Amino acid sequence: MTALILFAQQSVELTSTEQWVINVFFGVIALVSTAAALKMVTTDNVVHAALYLLIVLASVAAIYVILGAEFAAATQVLVYIGAILVLLLFGVMLTRAKLGADDDLNHEQRWIGGLVSVVMLAVMSFSLWEAFEDTKVPTALNPDDFNTGAVSESIFTDYIVPFEAISVLLLAALIGAVVVARRD
Amino acid sequence: MTFASLLAVDWPWASWPWWADTSVKMVFAIVAVLIPAGGTVYLYLFKMVSFMQSRLGPMEAGPYGSMQLLAELGKNVQKEDIFPEKADRWVFALAPYVVLMSTFLLAVVVPFGPQAQFTNLDTGVYFALAVSSVSVVGILMAGWASASKYSLLGGLRAAGQLIAYELPLILAVVGVVIQAGTLNLQEIVAAQNQQEIFGWGGIGNPFILTQGLGFLIFMIAVQAELTQGPFDMPVAESELVSGYMTEYSGFRFLMFFIGEFATANIFAFLGSVLFLGGWALPPFVTDLLGIEWDSPWMNVIGPGVMFTKMLLITFVIYWVRFTYPRFREDQLQKFAWKVLIPLSLVNIAITGALKVAF
Repeated sequence: MTALILFAQQSVELTSTEQWVINVFFGVIALVSTAAALKMVTTDNVVHAALYLLIVLASVAAIYVILGAEFAAATQVLVYIGAILVLLLFGVMLTRAKLGADDDLNHEQRWIGGLVSVVMLAVMSFSLWEAFEDTKVPTALNPDDFNTGAVSESIFTDYIVPFEAISVLLLAALIGAVVVARRD
Repeated sequence: MTFASLLAVDWPWASWPWWADTSVKMVFAIVAVLIPAGGTVYLYLFKMVSFMQSRLGPMEAGPYGSMQLLAELGKNVQKEDIFPEKADRWVFALAPYVVLMSTFLLAVVVPFGPQAQFTNLDTGVYFALAVSSVSVVGILMAGWASASKYSLLGGLRAAGQLIAYELPLILAVVGVVIQAGTLNLQEIVAAQNQQEIFGWGGIGNPFILTQGLGFLIFMIAVQAELTQGPFDMPVAESELVSGYMTEYSGFRFLMFFIGEFATANIFAFLGSVLFLGGWALPPFVTDLLGIEWDSPWMNVIGPGVMFTKMLLITFVIYWVRFTYPRFREDQLQKFAWKVLIPLSLVNIAITGALKVAF
């Protein structure tokens, strides 16, 4: 058994077939995530909406994996799926664990919400196109550029001020939640 | 012909296309998850517990009941696939797959030898802790979709418990990461093997010696993450029947069962990598054998070493499981938030201070 596990380490230089396969995978993941996002806002069951959100978040993690950013992918899974989504499901099930369809899920401002999201899509597509045009993702990934050491070094040197600001913001949110929730 | 020169030969799989490589790895992932799971279930759940309770356990199927697992497999596969009438069919059907997926994703990063690993992620231990949290979603799905009060209560209890004990689990591992200076599991094995204890490198420096507190917190948190032993409030048979698994039968129940025990093994594998030196033999043994600590031979010996260490850790898990009475819900929440998390933060602070000092 063991001898067969001795695989050669995969090279970081991608062949054209591998790139083709990666493009197919990206297409499938993007389609699944878009479909799940649409189902999430149109479904008539709150728990189903949360589970569609799970598919969207997991697809984003999968795209990070394709880009070679394992650290971002693991963070996406740990924070969004392991913590936020579980708390969301937990809250929904604790308060309204109804099976089957709900008929009061349509918000009266949903058309404005749809408009805002279309505008957001346009703005983000435009700015992404302006910034990168048709730059290709590098085919040869240099492991040194993607390791965790490089990520943490840039967080704690170049981006230390935003990092600390976000930490204080989260602390404030935490204290605020305690203040709002306690009854005395 | 030495083993090393054998490795230098062009093995057919060295030039395999990516899809063959991935397919073979998937087959081996299934083997690496299911064989240890079956072994420990037979050895500990069937036999050791029976001896602890002064009974024989399964004796009929095969010598000493060793074929019992095959019998169980046959029994569960041929059962009718029952859905409760009001269940949410899709979510109910998919929940066991989500739990099992988390188990297999965990197995991906465990190193069994210098090259014997499915993938050597730079963020190994972080990835493992991240994907282990996915199983909570499956448990919540199962609890909600069963359309049963017992299941929903069990699912909610499980989610509350897993969220609470995930923090001490992660924080206990942070001590090891600080001491090794890396998140990569292979480098954590190397760090333990190449450090010395006061100038004596005979057994390397397994982190259980310096991170004893971390290991204790890790083991308690793993016990709770697996909803085993004194932390089995979510599946309490005597009051909740089986918690989120109440409505499951046949192969879907089997999948939850495999998920539970395979995850126990993989956490034991992770524990032996993080705290007991991983696949490496102690340096004085490799000196006696006259091989390098990371020689290709370790790809053959390493899985055996890992399996032995895994058996040791799972022995403790099952021993505790069948020895201690169940925690009450409020007790186990208090234990996590007021004892384990502060203790692990203290552990991190001390480890960090010592790391800077030396």
